[in-house]
Amino acid sequence: MFKKLLIANRGEIAARVIRTCKKLGIQTVAVYSEADADSLHVKWADEAFLIGKPRVSESYLNIEKMIEIAKETKAEAIHPGYGLLSENPTFARRCEEEGIVFIGPNANVIASMGSKIEARKTMAEAGIPIVPGISFPLQDVEEAVKTAETIGYPIMLKASAGGGGIGMQIVRNEEELRKAFEGNQKRAASFFGDGAMYLEKYIENPRHIEIQLLADHHGNCVYLWERECSIQRRHQKVIEEAPSPFLDEETRRNMGEAAVRAAKYIGYTNAGTIEFLVDEQKNFYFLEMNTRLQVEHPVTEEVTGIDLVEEQLRVAAGERLGYTQQDIQRNGHAIEVRIYAEDPKTFFPSPGTITAFQLPEGEGVRNETAVTSGIAVTPFYDPMIAKLITKGNTREEAIARMVQAISHYQVEGIKTNIPMLKEVLNHPAFQAGHTTTNFISTHLYKQSAK
Amino acid sequence: MKQVVATMAGNVWKIVVTVGEQVEEGQDVVILESMKMEIPIAAEANGTVQEIHVQEGDFVNEGDVLLTLE
Repeated sequence: MFKKLLIANRGEIAARVIRTCKKLGIQTVAVYSEADADSLHVKWADEAFLIGKPRVSESYLNIEKMIEIAKETKAEAIHPGYGLLSENPTFARRCEEEGIVFIGPNANVIASMGSKIEARKTMAEAGIPIVPGISFPLQDVEEAVKTAETIGYPIMLKASAGGGGIGMQIVRNEEELRKAFEGNQKRAASFFGDGAMYLEKYIENPRHIEIQLLADHHGNCVYLWERECSIQRRHQKVIEEAPSPFLDEETRRNMGEAAVRAAKYIGYTNAGTIEFLVDEQKNFYFLEMNTRLQVEHPVTEEVTGIDLVEEQLRVAAGERLGYTQQDIQRNGHAIEVRIYAEDPKTFFPSPGTITAFQLPEGEGVRNETAVTSGIAVTPFYDPMIAKLITKGNTREEAIARMVQAISHYQVEGIKTNIPMLKEVLNHPAFQAGHTTTNFISTHLYKQSAK
Repeated sequence: MKQVVATMAGNVWKIVVTVGEQVEEGQDVVILESMKMEIPIAAEANGTVQEIHVQEGDFVNEGDVLLTLE
């Protein structure tokens, strides 16, 4: 096992990784920007280095700076967390070149899943069901219109390099497609430096259900069941749970086995997640693969009893998985809510200083955060400031604990989405398990924000 | 003379008008980027763009003047 690990990330996920390192006796090196000096991940690490100005391009995305600090501190491995450099094949390759272990799959695998168009092609080859659509980038809007006619509306227009819902739009006719194409192409070019667009059939009332995978370097690969992440706003997840209230055992097993087949086909190693869309008839379609730890990984940890960060480190250190598929448990039900610094109705960000911050405690309650009272939430990063996870023997119990815990969650000085989370958790449709990706616009706000 | 101010802290992502341009109340004139989200800033009155006080890429705080309308 490693003696020292650098965490090339910030906030709650950096703090989360440090906790597992402490458990395993691994020394930790944190990095931080000028905006994050007071973050808990800086306080918790054994060493911490200021790497630059607040903007990610001048700090957390600086590959050479990360390498330099890893070498200087003699860190043997780098954990990239999620977002930022976690799915950047250049970073993974630079680590490989410098003899630093990158906690994740190799650079080629990251690259192969990084382009959504390429990933679709590869998954189709592996025999994984994909949403009807195209496997090549569109040349222009005329080609988009022609292609849309053959697939049939409604269509989901997507940026190949997209993420976080940016560059994605549902279009229901030619007029909407023409309107949406150029704007999204420009947005994608500006955000991701790649304006390649493609389109696929839009599945009505879909659920977003993903499979957690773990694969070692000795040919072993297992699935750690599913997470349902259908409750979303702006195409980003807000509430996640395991198990899914929708799946039956047969579909669950079929999805898990398909995910393992896909992982083996591409030579995947370490922790990864295959996201599927599931339609009303329980048909599932490959959406994308995330070649990293997910934000919502704690719900899987709660129902399986497996520390995913620990497994990531063990696999990266060359250890074999300590169990087979048959050994993996699934106990009870876990729910996670993401606490965002944003207006609960418009979903517009709400940067500012947190004047009071109090976390709930209790049986089956877990908190993940790196903010404290007095900390400034800056406009430079994602609005997620914390995650709250509850576990119960049943879904009802997990929800009841969440409702109880969130009523004691105190964040003052900025707006948060807590009022919206409470509405969802208390909604009869959510409690009945009617969780589709358009839940918020259907049940909460008829006029959904962009 | 009317001012258009930033409604929240963020980076100036796009300036969608030029000096001398006629704008209408409610029209987006600047797009900020805050917490990885685009925040369109609209003019609150009709007018002509007299001066643009920021450049694309600038960081602005809530309340900073983005442009002046005549």
